[in-house]
Amino acid sequence: MNSAKKKPLPFPLFALIIGLFLVGVSFFSAQAQSPTPSDNEVNKVAKELYCPVCENISLDVCPTQACAQWRALIREKLAAGWSDEQIKDYFVAQYGDRVLSTPPTRGLNWLVYILPPLIFLGGVYLVYRVLRSMKNKKPAPITPLTTEPGQTDPYLSQLEAELEQHRKHGE
Amino acid sequence: MNTLQDETKAQEQPRRLPTWVVGLAFTGLVAFLLLVGLGLRRAQSGPIIVGQKVPGFSVTTFDGETIDTANLTGKVIVVNFWASWCKPCEQEAFELESAYQYYKPGGEVVFLGVDYVDTEPEALAFINKFGLTYANGPDLRTKISQMFRIQGVPETYIIDREGKLAYVKKGPFLSTAEIQSVIDQVLQ
Amino acid sequence: MVSNFGFGALVITLVVSIYGILAAVYGARKNSLAWVESARKAMLLTFPLISLVALSIIFLLVNGDYQVQYVYNVTSSTMPMYLKVTALWGGQAGSLIFWSWLLASFASAVTLRKWQRDREFLPWVIVVSLVTLVFFVGMSIFFENPFVRFWQTAGGSEAVAMFQPTGATPLVPFDGRGLNPLLRHPGMVIHPPMLYLGFVSFVIPFAFAIAALITGRTDDRWIRVTRRWALVAWLFLSLGLVLGSRWAYDVLGWGGYWAWDPVEIAAFMPWLSGTAFLHSVMIQEKRGLFKRWNMILIILTYSLVIFGTFLTRSGVLSSVHAFSQSAIGPLFFGYIGITFAISLALLLQRWNALRSEGEMHSLLSREALFLLNNLLFMGILVVCFWGVLFPLISELFTGQKVTVGPPFYERSTGPLFAGLLLLMGVAPLSAWGHSTVKTLGKAMWKPFLVSLAIPILAYVLGVRYFAALLAFWLCAFVVFITLYEYYRGVAARMRRSEENVFTALWNLASRNRRRYGGYIIHIGVVLMALGVIGIELFQTETQGTIPPGGQMALGDYTVTFDKLDIFDTADGRNVARAVVSVERDGKYLGQLYPRRDYYYDSQQPMTIPGVRSTMEDDLYVLLVDWEPISSTGVTFKIYHNPLVNWLWFGGFVFIFGTLVASWPDKDPETVRVRSAKRKLSPSEAQSAD
Repeated sequence: MNSAKKKPLPFPLFALIIGLFLVGVSFFSAQAQSPTPSDNEVNKVAKELYCPVCENISLDVCPTQACAQWRALIREKLAAGWSDEQIKDYFVAQYGDRVLSTPPTRGLNWLVYILPPLIFLGGVYLVYRVLRSMKNKKPAPITPLTTEPGQTDPYLSQLEAELEQHRKHGE
Repeated sequence: MNTLQDETKAQEQPRRLPTWVVGLAFTGLVAFLLLVGLGLRRAQSGPIIVGQKVPGFSVTTFDGETIDTANLTGKVIVVNFWASWCKPCEQEAFELESAYQYYKPGGEVVFLGVDYVDTEPEALAFINKFGLTYANGPDLRTKISQMFRIQGVPETYIIDREGKLAYVKKGPFLSTAEIQSVIDQVLQ
Repeated sequence: MVSNFGFGALVITLVVSIYGILAAVYGARKNSLAWVESARKAMLLTFPLISLVALSIIFLLVNGDYQVQYVYNVTSSTMPMYLKVTALWGGQAGSLIFWSWLLASFASAVTLRKWQRDREFLPWVIVVSLVTLVFFVGMSIFFENPFVRFWQTAGGSEAVAMFQPTGATPLVPFDGRGLNPLLRHPGMVIHPPMLYLGFVSFVIPFAFAIAALITGRTDDRWIRVTRRWALVAWLFLSLGLVLGSRWAYDVLGWGGYWAWDPVEIAAFMPWLSGTAFLHSVMIQEKRGLFKRWNMILIILTYSLVIFGTFLTRSGVLSSVHAFSQSAIGPLFFGYIGITFAISLALLLQRWNALRSEGEMHSLLSREALFLLNNLLFMGILVVCFWGVLFPLISELFTGQKVTVGPPFYERSTGPLFAGLLLLMGVAPLSAWGHSTVKTLGKAMWKPFLVSLAIPILAYVLGVRYFAALLAFWLCAFVVFITLYEYYRGVAARMRRSEENVFTALWNLASRNRRRYGGYIIHIGVVLMALGVIGIELFQTETQGTIPPGGQMALGDYTVTFDKLDIFDTADGRNVARAVVSVERDGKYLGQLYPRRDYYYDSQQPMTIPGVRSTMEDDLYVLLVDWEPISSTGVTFKIYHNPLVNWLWFGGFVFIFGTLVASWPDKDPETVRVRSAKRKLSPSEAQSAD
């Protein structure tokens, strides 16, 4: 630029530089801009997003116009070379945490992931206690099922015993 | 679940359940009911009802200007929720703009368009199409709409000079005259 | 005229019900048979009364009396007759009446049974049923009256009121708004009644449980009386869920059948606790264990039914299924608070009377495995409950809405469901009271070895997905063990009594229908699991825009777009219907007609897929978008859903099994039952013969 100020460039050289510049720009922009993203690429991102207009239906199948616009926006961002994560972060920043299919793991949201396993573990512990306390007790005498006279088939006798018991207790 | 464990220990237990167990069971029930009750109250009426003070919020417009309602005390604020994908919003867009033009010289009324769940290019196209000149900005993280607990678009909230909610309109305004009559009432 | 009549019948129902409650309580207190009998008559009277109410609504719907707000909201003159009738449950007010009607009919049916041995239960069963009925009828009268009409007041404005305001004239709209198009589907006509039937029939076991708690007769009598009710309730609930899934698959156009929507979960939760209950009561019947737990489960199930209805109808949750916001929320909330508190108080009061009679002896006994089964069901229930409630909590404490979507539920319940499948395989082989690793292993090793062939086969065929191989093995394991159980039983009978295969099978199954019906249910569940595995692990999809004659490929399939027709129909729809040809590996298979219906009056689009369905897989084609003028490009979305048909087929098997298990015996009352006082010791249970 400095040299251009000092003495004017000859026109052919100027034209050449401009020409090269234009070619370069179009080449690089073509490089940066991947071909129009396909519907499948858009849907891959949209599947994991939820638009507040159609609650509980993921963005890739929601038929409203608002969602169609969101998908168009995803396509635009993909075309601009954004990664899936970047796009999701952008949507969260724009529209809040509710666009994600599961709450992000921070603050109070940890509860949603922690509480059910904790309660389940509590249940496991209780069942364990029940089973243990029963093991500590002396097992009551159990009549072996196979020793019933006249029955040669142990399975059949067990089955019969159970069926009989059912008939007696059942209604 | 704690029953399972108690089942086997039943023999050793006293005749009546310990008070703390009963207390705990009912505390659990009350806590659950409280939670659902609060949720219900929230669902039934938003936190802001007509006559209540509206908490301050700020909108960054598409032009990059930030408008904070805290700095607007003494003025009447018309908050209009809209979206480019919403057909009824198109009906009232022109009316809102002409009402804005009507009050503009007085400087007493601020119009604020809040763009709900929308994409920027579509929103800008909408603003251009209807020639809207009052401040419009996206509802970032849907915070403002959640604060007002809007049920859909369009919805319009008018805040009076003291910062209290004065009027709520769900659905579109049908005429400029309707908007003006409402605002005039609040202005008085 | 008819509205006034219907409303009158509704009010009389309320009065009669309240009288019935008072008479039953007084009769129970004073030990007066006459008063209890009077309460029973009141109970029986509610059924014809509420039937009149329902008939009045149907009359108004069919005749298109649009002055009535409910009729205006849910019907229009273009709707076919069957939809006009079934619009009874198409909206909030009508479905509440339908609920009440079902409740009155079930409660009346149960009061008609022979009560000689259960005299003390009768008044309290009546009280619980009638209190529930009063609540629903009261809601109809005071908040969701289906008979309110439009009036033109003297001042010229419109008014909605039950009775003519002074000086007002009737205002009759020319036509109604019509039923929500999503609900105009045969599946939708039967899906809600099935769910309501399931919900309502769980009221009966609950009523008996509460009666047992109040009277202190805490043996397992209440379970024996209501066992069949619980099974029937469970059958209808299962049917409702399966039909609902089918409807979603056919009509909603997501390519799936289950979206973990809060309202779906609200119906699924009582099913979970009900299933746990059905298993757990068997332990009490056989071994006298877990009485408290069974009480808790039935109270929980009833509470979840009420809570689920509340969630759907009060506007607390937002969902595609939710009824529009309404005023019944606070009343419902109050009812929930009162019933939960009373149930809890009664349970705690009788806590020590509900002591176990028997003991558990073996980690591998059937009761221990049933305990694990209950643990897993409760685990799934906790996940569902918490997932539904959390958005509410988040909004309350942080002001931020969050979505708890399918990935959360799938990840957290997947292992639990797999565990349930495994238990389903092992549990039928273990004996009541006592089992050891040796006995279990002896019974299991043959089917175990055979079942390994399936994942190996799948691996050879190219499945490399570990979760899928594991799931296939689990399914095979359960099926082979169940079949082996049948085989052993039949073979043993054939050896002993020289019956042929069919007689042996028949006799075996009819000796213990609950057991063998249960096995059929298990096979049904496995078949359904196959469908779920197919769609969850192997679903593929693609979307693209193609001109007429253009093709899209997905896997082995090729879809060719032939043409698109756009036309209006007489019933107010604009239909865009595409014709596509399907080929597989170059072989022509037929045409599909995916379409998009746009309902003018409700301004709602509806996407109806074109589906080619075989037992191997479904090809599910959706019409997503099109260029209206030039018709040069049409966007399709294509799903390939392997094995999904097994889900519906398994559903049939499942329901057949439930019918086998719950079909009434010839005369149940003549069968001797054990005395209420008798204690069942483990040794007795084992050696009983």
